[in-house]
Amino acid sequence: MTWSLLVHALEQGLVFSIMALGVFITFQILNFPDLTVDGSFPLGAAISAKIIFAGGDPFIAVIWAMFGGVLAGGLTAFFHTRLKFTNLLSGILTMTLLYSVNLRIMGKSNIPLLGKVTILEVIQSWFPQLSSDQLTPVLFLFVVFSVKFLLDYFLGTEIGMAIRATGDNEQMIRSLGVDTSGTKIIGLCLSNGLVALSGSLFAQYSGFADVGMGIGTIVSGLASVIIGRSLIRNRGSINWMTVSVIIGSIIYRTTVMVALRYGYRLGFQPGDLKLISVLLVVISLTFPSFRGKIKTIILNNGSNGVENE
Amino acid sequence: MLKLINIHKCFAKGTSHETNALRGIKININEGDFLTVIGSNGAGKSTLLNIIAGTILPDKGRVRINGQDVTNKEEHFRARFIGRVFQDPLMGTAPSMTIEENLALSIKRFGRGLNLGLNKLNREYFRNKLAQLELGLEDMITKKVSLLSGGQRQALTVLMATMFDPKILLLDEHTASLDPEISKKIQSITQDIVQEKRLTTIMVTHNMQEALRYGNRTIMMDRGRIILDVSGAERENITIDYLLKQFSKLRKEDYIEDELVLV
Repeated sequence: MTWSLLVHALEQGLVFSIMALGVFITFQILNFPDLTVDGSFPLGAAISAKIIFAGGDPFIAVIWAMFGGVLAGGLTAFFHTRLKFTNLLSGILTMTLLYSVNLRIMGKSNIPLLGKVTILEVIQSWFPQLSSDQLTPVLFLFVVFSVKFLLDYFLGTEIGMAIRATGDNEQMIRSLGVDTSGTKIIGLCLSNGLVALSGSLFAQYSGFADVGMGIGTIVSGLASVIIGRSLIRNRGSINWMTVSVIIGSIIYRTTVMVALRYGYRLGFQPGDLKLISVLLVVISLTFPSFRGKIKTIILNNGSNGVENE
Repeated sequence: MLKLINIHKCFAKGTSHETNALRGIKININEGDFLTVIGSNGAGKSTLLNIIAGTILPDKGRVRINGQDVTNKEEHFRARFIGRVFQDPLMGTAPSMTIEENLALSIKRFGRGLNLGLNKLNREYFRNKLAQLELGLEDMITKKVSLLSGGQRQALTVLMATMFDPKILLLDEHTASLDPEISKKIQSITQDIVQEKRLTTIMVTHNMQEALRYGNRTIMMDRGRIILDVSGAERENITIDYLLKQFSKLRKEDYIEDELVLV
């Protein structure tokens, strides 16, 4: 395993961890399986690629990308809370219509950003003494942890706590005066705003936006959330949960990159990537109960092997 | 304080499962009243509380709280008037959040903003409140609620439901699923808080002894109607035997009705 492979895995893991934090908000906090993500990730990429390709300010491009993501989340929330569609269908509808929207925005299926001024280039020009291999991971670390701390703070506010309670016990929080449609709208907007931010950064980092780049985003986001959760035992506080999502994302990307680089020895092809992602999700989902079963067998204490939550 | 005017509610209308849960409920509850509600299964007791809380809306009739017509107001709006404790101890708290976080959720009933939900001041306040319950909860304030027993969770729910000094407190057989010992404890916690805050209270119960021991007014419901409404001196003289007789009389009528249908 080479050093540069690890650095790239770290960079990608960090970029995608912002998306994973978005997935964490919907799946884990709101208990809302939101599939909008597969559309809002490329939406963020498409919006920022379009602006940057036309020579616009890359920072403004990031803000517009996030705004697009917020709107996408808002649309899913509208389907669910106003039109009363199920949460899955609401996400699928938005995800599907975003495919067309993304094509419209880009005007073609792929926009290359080589030679264009991305935020990475702008920030690089502020620190000429650093190489891009040094700067990129540091920059991403800074962005990811800023997002993490803002999110931690938000989830500790009155509104943030109401959002958490919505996913935990909706009837109860309604009887305490919270409009749960409102908390779902906020949660979905915030989540997809982060996913689009992640898409925007990924497009600028990898030098292109592609209309098909969103396929399977939700699975990799879920994988990160689940891997993180199964590795870090302390599930109590939000601080630890968000850290675990970021670490989960880095582990997931490293695994994927190793599988892509060395998988051919096992007969894998690059096209098998999605298959591997799903396998990773399945394994990490069953991991805790495996561990429980193994413990039961070893200790033979007659418990049912299911871990206490 | 609370006025229900000719409330009708029918579930699964037009199907073979059609149930007239409430049929013309009229009641006026005064400020400071403690009303106990008894009735057999399917009498409409829980539906009545759901109508008051806004969990379900009536087909017909009006609901007034404090002179304000809230018939079409949603549950989360009515929460500014109403505190509620459910029968199921799991229903009143958020399991994956800590005790202090749950309490923090209950201090405001509207106008939540971007202030931190927990701070030094309200933590101290919660600790004092929990200490008054004498269940040792004040020492596990950062523990998740899912770790608590049913009784502890119910005690926490009572505290949360009354944190905001509601105009009306709804208790839906809130001690029925607990073992007798802790049930007694929860009941005494509830009575203390109700007396201290002089809350207008509606308590649904299966236990006739409780129905007569607590409160100042008792109603009996049957098949969506109020069939007995006693308070004051009249209520003092009522015995459990009398209530039981009323019940069996109803059952007999049921039997006759069934017979008629069969013939």
